[in-house]
Amino acid sequence: MRFDSLLDSVGHTPLVGLPRLSPSPDVRLWAKMEDRNPTGSVKDRAALSMIEQAEKDGLLTPGCTILEPTSGNTGISLAMAARLKGYRLVCVMPENTSAERTQLLRMWGAEVIYSPGAGGSNEAVRVARRMSEEHPDWVMLYQYGNPANARAHYETTGPEILADLPTVTHFVAGLGTTGTLMGAGRFLREHKPDIQIVAAEPRYGELVYGLRNLDEGFVPELYDESVLTTRYSVGPRDAVRRVRELLDQEGIFAGISTGAILHAAIGLGNRAVKEGRSADIAFIVCDGGWKYLSTGAYEGTLDEAEDRLEGQVWA
Amino acid sequence: MAIEVRIPTILRPYTDGAKLVEGSGATLGALIDDLDSRHLGLRERLVEEGSLRRFINVYLNDEDVRFLGGIDTPLADGDSVTILPAVAGGAVA
Repeated sequence: MRFDSLLDSVGHTPLVGLPRLSPSPDVRLWAKMEDRNPTGSVKDRAALSMIEQAEKDGLLTPGCTILEPTSGNTGISLAMAARLKGYRLVCVMPENTSAERTQLLRMWGAEVIYSPGAGGSNEAVRVARRMSEEHPDWVMLYQYGNPANARAHYETTGPEILADLPTVTHFVAGLGTTGTLMGAGRFLREHKPDIQIVAAEPRYGELVYGLRNLDEGFVPELYDESVLTTRYSVGPRDAVRRVRELLDQEGIFAGISTGAILHAAIGLGNRAVKEGRSADIAFIVCDGGWKYLSTGAYEGTLDEAEDRLEGQVWA
Repeated sequence: MAIEVRIPTILRPYTDGAKLVEGSGATLGALIDDLDSRHLGLRERLVEEGSLRRFINVYLNDEDVRFLGGIDTPLADGDSVTILPAVAGGAVA
């Protein structure tokens, strides 16, 4: 496949079958390999879409500064696109994300501002909003509420999956900004009304949920509950166990959040087997495992890995 | 009927600091009423006008109760209920 530039090569990722982890020959799991995007994560789709929309709207002009709260991948995607397009990027990131994320952001030229770890991404959003008020000329793309995020998945991820797997019965993805599930989910449901759209939400350690008032919680503006069939909460132990199985049995080296998604996908697969139905379950591999080596998730016992992830924003 | 309920840090002042409490009830609403009888004030923090508060997520055996029947979700002996505040996601989607 040939492309005019790196930005033109975003998307078009392979859909790979999992013959060993699939529960039966009639209930099959399919991995959508989003780690094959230019910066190695699903976020390249949303980042490029948000930047190009802001350019179309006249918000972004050469030399502009982009500001974004991000736990890593979106920032890395934005940094790559910003460098190629000539924008400055300032990222606000929780201090308790993996070291590799900071290194990668700086490598692509982004400036990193840390937000307090207690409170996780909520806190990064709050800090970024405050900075946005102090710098009205900066452009905050705001992935949690930017329709161009979900639209990227409506226009690319969803159609790619349907084209490669017309028999798809389930679509499983992680729930962060909710862009992947809202966009691809809407597209797939329009074409397959009976499809199950299922969210796997990472459940972090207690530190991440913070001690703030419950009235200050956060639900992304993009989130529309009616798109989903259901939503599962997956803790670090199950996520790590599954991400190791994916590596051991299928040879796919994925990031920890993919383990959480796979855990939900296998659960749905086992239910289909029990109910005697056939199923084609597509799920998102969000990124590769490279950025998470320092978390210790791939070494030692599950107990050790679980302890090491306590207090980290691992997805 | 014993149901295990995980309490987030922010709500532990109502449970004398306990992370894990037990309760009973045929539905989530009945369970919350039962918990409130021993941990006064908890219901007010979870429920508003008969529904779960917007920034509270409750999971029954790891599945979000909003997709199971909300406050009327049926419960059974041995179920596990987890209460969490809504947070912004990470890098996953």
